[in-house]
Amino acid sequence: MSQNTSADTTLDTAPGAEILLRALKDQGVEVIFGYPGGAVLPIYDAIFNQNAIRHILVRHEQAAVHAAEGYARSTGKVGVVLVTSGPGATNAVTGLLDALMDSIPLVCLTGQVPTHLIGNDAFQEADTTGITRPASKHNYLVKRGQDLAKVVHEAFYVARSGRPGPVVIDLPKDILIGPAPYVAAPETPHRSYRPQVEPDAGQIAKAVALLKSAKRPVIYTGGGVINAGPAASEALRALVRKTGFPCTSTLMGLGAFPAGDPLFLGMLGMHGTYEANLVMHGCDVMLNIGARFDDRVTGRLNAFSPGSKKIHVDIDPSSINKNVPVDVPVVGDALRVIRAILAAWDDAPGELDKPAIAAWWKQIDEWRGIDCLKFRQDMTKGAVIKPQYAVQRLYDITRELKAKTGRETFISTEVGQHQMWAAQYFGFDAPNRWMTSGGLGTMGYGLPAAMGVQIAHPDALCIDIAGEASILMNIQEMSTLAQYRLPVKVFILNNQYMGMVRQWQELLHGGRYSESYTAALPDFVKLAESFHGVGLRAKSVDELDDVIRQMIEIDRPVICDICVDEKENCFPMIPSGAPHNEMILGPEHGTSLQMGGAKGLTDEGLALV
Amino acid sequence: MTQEQRSATISVLVENEAGILARVIGLFTGRGYNIDSLTVAAVDPVRNVSRINIVTSGTDMVIEQIKAQLDRLVQVYRVADLSKQGPHVARELGLIKVVCTGAERVEALRLAEAFRARVIDATLESFVFEMTGNTDKLDAFIELMRGLGLAEVSRTGVAAIARGTATI
Repeated sequence: MSQNTSADTTLDTAPGAEILLRALKDQGVEVIFGYPGGAVLPIYDAIFNQNAIRHILVRHEQAAVHAAEGYARSTGKVGVVLVTSGPGATNAVTGLLDALMDSIPLVCLTGQVPTHLIGNDAFQEADTTGITRPASKHNYLVKRGQDLAKVVHEAFYVARSGRPGPVVIDLPKDILIGPAPYVAAPETPHRSYRPQVEPDAGQIAKAVALLKSAKRPVIYTGGGVINAGPAASEALRALVRKTGFPCTSTLMGLGAFPAGDPLFLGMLGMHGTYEANLVMHGCDVMLNIGARFDDRVTGRLNAFSPGSKKIHVDIDPSSINKNVPVDVPVVGDALRVIRAILAAWDDAPGELDKPAIAAWWKQIDEWRGIDCLKFRQDMTKGAVIKPQYAVQRLYDITRELKAKTGRETFISTEVGQHQMWAAQYFGFDAPNRWMTSGGLGTMGYGLPAAMGVQIAHPDALCIDIAGEASILMNIQEMSTLAQYRLPVKVFILNNQYMGMVRQWQELLHGGRYSESYTAALPDFVKLAESFHGVGLRAKSVDELDDVIRQMIEIDRPVICDICVDEKENCFPMIPSGAPHNEMILGPEHGTSLQMGGAKGLTDEGLALV
Repeated sequence: MTQEQRSATISVLVENEAGILARVIGLFTGRGYNIDSLTVAAVDPVRNVSRINIVTSGTDMVIEQIKAQLDRLVQVYRVADLSKQGPHVARELGLIKVVCTGAERVEALRLAEAFRARVIDATLESFVFEMTGNTDKLDAFIELMRGLGLAEVSRTGVAAIARGTATI
């Protein structure tokens, strides 16, 4: 016996918490967003005794997850979260599901009661693996010290491979205290999880042939292009320029193709542009790269792009043929697929039908001529600020800044009207600059996400475009900004309403504004000051530019309270359950919303909201 | 793809780990798929592999979706749609308790013989029959016993395997 034991002790062994940190360091982790508690105290003790990994103390566990999402989304790295057992873990669940829906790679470490107490309803015990199972890509409960390092390495592999997502590791306290051996990350492939990244050559040939035959093509891209790295955005640009096809993007994919490029049609979907949606409706060949035919994009499914042959490129086979049956499925990583299409293009038989495509562009230009994002801003002194104008000025001024100083701007948002206006009026020219909660639609996402971005990019200008309702959902993070001197800017489009809720109530519920008005908002200027930041306010159009410029110049956290038109609605709009060609345009186009109903709206649509 | 509902027998090889069954079942309930039958047992202790057999129903699109969703679970090695990949055999075992006397008792025993059910327990007032077969055969036998004092049924659910040399 003694011989075996002595052999064991010569293994690289240390307390679990130390082994955990060592594995994190080997995985390239630089920063952890977390909040301490009883079950994770051994990890905090180990963090205290090292300098390799920085810990950012948030004020709520949900914010830790969103901050890690912002960090991950803006860098392409895996974000790391550390929370305690019980309420620490349950508070993190919203963030985990948010990351799952938007395919953000995270590793979330949760404390757990000691193994011998599991199942006993111990203090701060929760069935964390049970609760997070449908909210994570995968999860682990580490029951033996010898599994610890192996599980950590595997969790990082799972989080970043295939379609990325959040992975939870539940860590009982005795595992953190007891001895654990260190093992390095394995070099052999994972035994069961090996997502296909390289596309099938036959499918690529079919896709190229179909694309070459197109008379009315469209390229529709999504978050998958962002997740495939900046090289995928480069490849996409090359493909779009080579083919001359129009390109549109989902909310999650903005920035992969430059907004200002004439080949770009803007965002598609419920609040997408007129031209993007009509192109989707009328196209004959659709190339979807890394998007998932979400219901906010497709509108009514049986009327979605009725006459087109569809090619769907996705790294997740379960996204293909889920909502929309497609003609040519291509499973693979977006970068590799785009490169394969480019490589196959010249040698493939057939030529593009250039006259047909030119005619298609002529039609597109007519649709563009409608200028669906048009709005009217009264420029007289004292006039009310239109929210669209506020975002547009923010964009113009940050673009000037970039031209002058090279300083990059990163935008995050909360959820609602302001989010859609940000997507419509802020032009993104590069990937990884746009952080928003697309799938889950989590109010309270933007401020912590901006915090995570600022940690990753200390010199960049990080702005959370917010609504006054959403921002209150994680406002406590102003305190984190102060502690770490993070000069995040919060740009609130304050219309005193939960604007999107109000808009739907106007449209669908006869103007009965049930509970969508916030009667007792805080004074955001004083609120900023109480959190050691700076508060600014613009009440009329003549004050706007100064406030934006001041906000950018101040090297501290700033809240800008931009008082905007309370009744403004977000257009264009496809009501839920309507097809793409039944869009409502804004009042500038003479079709303002009528109380209690819109064209194309059905009971089915009402249910879809 | 047709919009017709079909039944599918899907076999899944998984890492025999805590939580995998919950994950599979959660996937079905969370996405609203049907489970008509589900069985699970370890089949390869050396490689630590278990086999889950699921009988489900849906349109072709839904069944393809179910397979893709199963296949992306981290602990899943292989997913095979036995009902699509060629001929297969599917069997389940049922234990059927019948409480009766007199003529009914004679009739129950006679039917059991016709169905090749075995008597594995008997008292003066009862039989427990053991029966192996496909689902339809068990259903038919149980239906017949209903009029003859059927008291309790315990079924294993379906185990399935491809015919011939093919393996999954």
